[in-house]
Amino acid sequence: MMNYLVVGLGGILGSISRYALSSFVSGLNKTAFPYGTLSVNLIGCFLLSFIAYGSILKWNLPKRYILAINTGFIGSFTTFSTFSLEALNLIIEGKLILAIAYVLVSVMAGLTLSWLGIYASTKIYQKARLRTGM
Amino acid sequence: MKIYLLIAIGGLFGAISRFALSAFIQSKHNRRFPYATFIINLTGSFLLGFLFGRHNLRPEFFFLFGTGFMGAYTTFSTFEFESIELIRKEKLLLAISYLVFSVIIGVFLAYLGYLIGKGL
Repeated sequence: MMNYLVVGLGGILGSISRYALSSFVSGLNKTAFPYGTLSVNLIGCFLLSFIAYGSILKWNLPKRYILAINTGFIGSFTTFSTFSLEALNLIIEGKLILAIAYVLVSVMAGLTLSWLGIYASTKIYQKARLRTGM
Repeated sequence: MKIYLLIAIGGLFGAISRFALSAFIQSKHNRRFPYATFIINLTGSFLLGFLFGRHNLRPEFFFLFGTGFMGAYTTFSTFEFESIELIRKEKLLLAISYLVFSVIIGVFLAYLGYLIGKGL
């Protein structure tokens, strides 16, 4: 029951942050390309993997914290349904190249940032582990 | 302000539904392929497409169920994280199928939902 509550709380904050940040970014760049969703999705990819590995390697956080932050907050901060819908919307508007670019950039940059998050976490915390002899 | 409240309520239930459904699916299918996130992202894409197709929908309704609920129910970060984990475990074919099928079926289902929503 407590697990559902912390995931829900993370979900509230994640959704609000997604809306706030993606509207802010879309406001900066008034083009057809969905920069707003792209930016929240990419930031989320880095954070999720950084935190997932950081918590395994170093932080020793209780499982409930990881549920709140990763499953709740970052899970809700990033979104797949809006991503699909925006790609579809570009196709419907006849902007096929833009749709393909959006999908490819999202997926490939998302993979790169997920990898970077893992890499950064491992780099930082494995060293700490070696130093303290843990 | 009201928009934020609607998104928060949708996000609360969206995140909990994702958590509950993914725990349920993982208990049934303990396979290497990330079925849980796959099913969640595809059903969410269909339903968001459906909402999008309902042109006479009130904006409040879209903020609650679309931006809030479907936005939080589906997830991009876990999708990419699972893919990179498959690649790191050298399950390259599985990773590529997961990525390609999620994206292509996701857009297709959003379109199907859009058509059904528009037709109703």
